[in-house]
Amino acid sequence: MKLFRFHGGVHPNDHKRLTASKPISLLPIPQRLYLPLQQHIGAPAEPVVNIGETVLKGQLLAHSQGHISAPVHAPTSGTILDIGPLTAPHPSGLPIRTVTLESDGTDQWTPALEEAIRDPLILDPEEISNRVGTAGIVGMGGATFPSAVKLKLSLKRKIHTLIINGGECEPYLTCDDRLMQERPAQIADGIRIILHAVQAERAIIAIENNKPAAIVAMKATCAHLADTQVIVVPAQYPMGSEKHLIQTLLGQEVPAGGLGADIGVLVHNVGTAYAVHRTIRYHIPLISRIVTVSGDAIRNPQNVEVPIGTPLSDVIQHCGGFKTTPARLLMGGPMMGNMINNLNIPVVKGTSGIVALTSQALTQQLPKPCIRCGRCVDSCPCGLVPLEMAAHIRKDNLEKAAELGLVDCVACGCCSYSCPAHIPLVQYFNYAKGALFNRQQTKHRSEETRKLIEQRKSRLAKEEEAKKLAALKRKAEKDAQKKSLKSQADEEVTS
Amino acid sequence: MMNLSAVAAMTLLGLSLGLLLGYAARFFKVETNPIVEEIELLLPGTQCGQCGYPGCAAAAVAIANGDAPVTACPPGGRDLAKELAAKLNLVIDLSGVVEKAPTLARVNEQLCIGCARCPKVCPTDAIIGASKQLHAVIRDACTGCGQCVAICPTESLQLYPIETTLRTWQWPKPLIAH
Ligand code: SF4
Ligand code: SF4
Repeated sequence: MKLFRFHGGVHPNDHKRLTASKPISLLPIPQRLYLPLQQHIGAPAEPVVNIGETVLKGQLLAHSQGHISAPVHAPTSGTILDIGPLTAPHPSGLPIRTVTLESDGTDQWTPALEEAIRDPLILDPEEISNRVGTAGIVGMGGATFPSAVKLKLSLKRKIHTLIINGGECEPYLTCDDRLMQERPAQIADGIRIILHAVQAERAIIAIENNKPAAIVAMKATCAHLADTQVIVVPAQYPMGSEKHLIQTLLGQEVPAGGLGADIGVLVHNVGTAYAVHRTIRYHIPLISRIVTVSGDAIRNPQNVEVPIGTPLSDVIQHCGGFKTTPARLLMGGPMMGNMINNLNIPVVKGTSGIVALTSQALTQQLPKPCIRCGRCVDSCPCGLVPLEMAAHIRKDNLEKAAELGLVDCVACGCCSYSCPAHIPLVQYFNYAKGALFNRQQTKHRSEETRKLIEQRKSRLAKEEEAKKLAALKRKAEKDAQKKSLKSQADEEVTS
Repeated sequence: MMNLSAVAAMTLLGLSLGLLLGYAARFFKVETNPIVEEIELLLPGTQCGQCGYPGCAAAAVAIANGDAPVTACPPGGRDLAKELAAKLNLVIDLSGVVEKAPTLARVNEQLCIGCARCPKVCPTDAIIGASKQLHAVIRDACTGCGQCVAICPTESLQLYPIETTLRTWQWPKPLIAH
């Protein structure tokens, strides 16, 4: 297949050999699990269990609320200790409503989940999406968008191609790589099920050329499948970005602010395909995931299958702890991951990696003035002019930055990575996007306020009117009474 | 016959007076400065009086005439000042404008005596509660203007800064100078 290139991107040292050849290990069920009620994009889930209740593995703990949301299930059996705010696995470090589950050590399944489905392909496509939704599956690449919503939309919009994203372009991360090496048949089955759910004609599994073992494994598994093709793409960050992957494979551009479905394409991560397989075949909800634990500060870097809700400290312990005190801890990879400073926060559905780096691995330096070298422009895969946008944002001229195409920025960080002056370019863009969003909210709010004020005014006017009418009526009644009294009196007089 | 001519006379009178009034309205029209209207639309419209003028309309006139600075509206903050400056083609120094953190009014249940004064002064009808009943503030409708705080006899109503939650948090601006 002919590939298309996208402009820009960078080639950071991928550091993948630290973990790429080691098998996935299984984390024993930890004593306590902390399950945030929002591990996805959309509305938070609402608990259906109470404090003190005992639950079984796979049991529903919180149901999804609204159209875009995802439920949360118990990763093991045990007792609900608490439902309340705890520090979120989020760069803000703000609290989030979290269910605390104490394991009883028996890891006993709920009976409802035991029956298996022989042939998922006789299920209605809609039914598959529904089951994916009730299993709480979200985009496993880190975007955490509820998968069922994407499936349903794709079925409605009629897509022709399903792209399975095995790009994994973030340095250090190898969880998708290991999954493809060790469980290719399960992934292929998940792909078949998704193809059926969206009624698409073909699937393309895209894998970067720095994962030879995964390519061999997936090719061998899919050799007999006519509608599924493994395509090797060049290792180029951000290949795993949905837009750029589509551009590379099909040479088609997703319209600005649009979705893959707009051009008939659906992109899912390999981890999502695997989760779909487990749910549809075995009714297993999303209660565990594979996490890459890596970085030069970790004693035994490796991939670990972790129950959702496990504190990071347990996972790091399992990998032999820290070799040296890390200078930086990241949730996710170094390009797009978030810095964290708290090991008590849990692994959530979107946690693809825990990366601990020593100061040697960091090239952090103080920013210097822009030398207008244009490297950020060359490296931006979205065709933007980062230096100009950042200059405007620095002076809080957010509108100017928006005019230059800020919404198209995918926050990949290529610009910051390639800037010789170490200007925190992508940080400026993250800030500006948030500030613009807030501004819009404020505007909306003041419009609403204006409406409320108008409503109040008209209400007051109506009340005033009503009062006047009532007074008039009362007066008329009184007059009438007086008149009748008078006429009575007159009558009496005359009689 | 009498009736008919009376009707005709009245109609004629009505029509001619109407026309006269219509023309008079055009002819004697007081020119309101269109910029005043535009400014009024930009202002929050809560009539909170924090600018020192009796309401947003009066403030708009003052700002348009240059009697009040574009930074006069505290709830509008920096963003509003900028918009106003752009509208009036002014170059302004915003370094002195302190951004007031947005606030919301909240009723302290222990102190509320149900006097029902606050619902009457709230410009956005954000307070509910009948007399002798505990009052409550509807978060979504409250603009934090503080009218209710001023009238509350027991200091039960107070303004509190709006807490940042995961849903409202945004990345801060990079601090490092370069
Ligand atoms: S890469 Fe950095 S120094 Fe070069 S033009 Fe962009 S912002 Fe300026
Ligand atoms: S972070 Fe945004 S501006 Fe920077 S390279 Fe990526 S897409 Fe371009």
